[in-house]
Amino acid sequence: MSTGSGTRELASAVALSHRPAGFLADTWRLARKDLLIEFRTRSAFLAACVFALLSVAIFRFTWDATAVGAMDLAPGVLWVIFTFSGLLGLNRSFAVEHADRAMDALLASPMSRESVFAGKALANLVFVTAVQALALPAIALFFGLPSGPGWLGVMGIVALASVGLAAVGTLFAAVASNTRMAEMLLPMLALPFFVPLVIPAAQASVVLLNGRPLSDAASWLKLLVAFDIVFTAACTVAFPYTLEE
Amino acid sequence: MTSVSSVSTRPERTAAASPSAPGFDWLLAVALVACAVAVARALFFTPADAMLGDVQKLFYLHVPAAIAGLYIGCPLLAILSIVYLWVKDERLDRLAEASAEVALVFMTVVLTTGPIWGRSSWGTWWVWDARLTSTLFLWFLVVSYLVLRGAIEQPEARARLSAVMGSLAALLVPFIHLTVYLFRSQHPSPIVIKPEALTQPSLPPEMAATFGLSAAAFVVLFFALLRLRFRYATARDARVALECG
Repeated sequence: MSTGSGTRELASAVALSHRPAGFLADTWRLARKDLLIEFRTRSAFLAACVFALLSVAIFRFTWDATAVGAMDLAPGVLWVIFTFSGLLGLNRSFAVEHADRAMDALLASPMSRESVFAGKALANLVFVTAVQALALPAIALFFGLPSGPGWLGVMGIVALASVGLAAVGTLFAAVASNTRMAEMLLPMLALPFFVPLVIPAAQASVVLLNGRPLSDAASWLKLLVAFDIVFTAACTVAFPYTLEE
Repeated sequence: MTSVSSVSTRPERTAAASPSAPGFDWLLAVALVACAVAVARALFFTPADAMLGDVQKLFYLHVPAAIAGLYIGCPLLAILSIVYLWVKDERLDRLAEASAEVALVFMTVVLTTGPIWGRSSWGTWWVWDARLTSTLFLWFLVVSYLVLRGAIEQPEARARLSAVMGSLAALLVPFIHLTVYLFRSQHPSPIVIKPEALTQPSLPPEMAATFGLSAAAFVVLFFALLRLRFRYATARDARVALECG
């Protein structure tokens, strides 16, 4: 390697250390770090998957098939599992950083607070989506739901709801991680905020799984999209306030 | 660094803000007398509704409590939370704490009198109607706001994190209302205050006078309790600051 290129590398390294990397690069780096930890330990993911499957099985046994049709019950079960398995992963999101006060290192790094939030939320989004990728077929299988084009729409709804859940959930995981009883507090803080996610998502799923056109669910979908936009923005703005100055 | 300086300045500031001696609380006295007069007038000097009977008299308790708790207390909590994140004045935080607690009392009155009235008018204690559900979730939000406050010991972190929750809750309420509004609404829409009411009053004069008196009494009671609770919070924080510093 020539001296010229070495100097150039050094210069670019110096420039890098003074100029923080872009927002998206930081976000991706943090999300990758969290997902790598999760991929290597698999503790929260396995727990959430087992929880999702167990819940489907338990709901199946509380259900009187002669009284309530599978199609009427399944969307409710889907969204209950979605909410609670999501909470399992969210709890871990900041517990990992508090374990060895890794949070201090994260805050001392040149990353912006907003990209810390976006990275955490992105990792949580992947986590929730991965759990749902298992829960959806499990529900279809255990409840004997017919396969059809409606499922594509349901996947879209899951994707929309996951964005809102990850944004709000990440913020409240950060809030709860500062308290004495984080695991207990997170559901209490986050669940009221999941109401405008879960109700529209469940209603829209009912419409699609019953084979009705997408336009019947339009107002619910608009509400989901509006929630995603408003709360992703609001939580990104609010997140820096949850951190120690 | 900042926390050290804030601790050292706190006793002086709180000493200046707190009253020197707990004298006669004239505002609370006025509020209590006004409430007693309003109740007496509603019970003995106001005609019962021709259709609904005596149970309609709950209206003089229910609607004023809703005005004080839902339309004054909750917006106050939201505004104080948002302004706190901006100004970082601990008096705003104490006032937010006070307004949350007092609003919770009034909301509990709303949620208790509502079902009693509903039982005799609708024939059921509870319906999942837009206004009822919104009020219930708002009640849950205020309860979890107060539990969050109780779970954080450090005063600065408690103020900051609860203000984050208060601000986000302000954004959430329209979404909850929109969500539950998409279900069919069964609640009587407000009939007292509307543009046509100026030319064509919807209440007979005796009822309107009782309602006006009752609403004024509850609003004064709200601010009297708010002031009392704020003074308590100021005295408590001053004591904590003296014990710690």
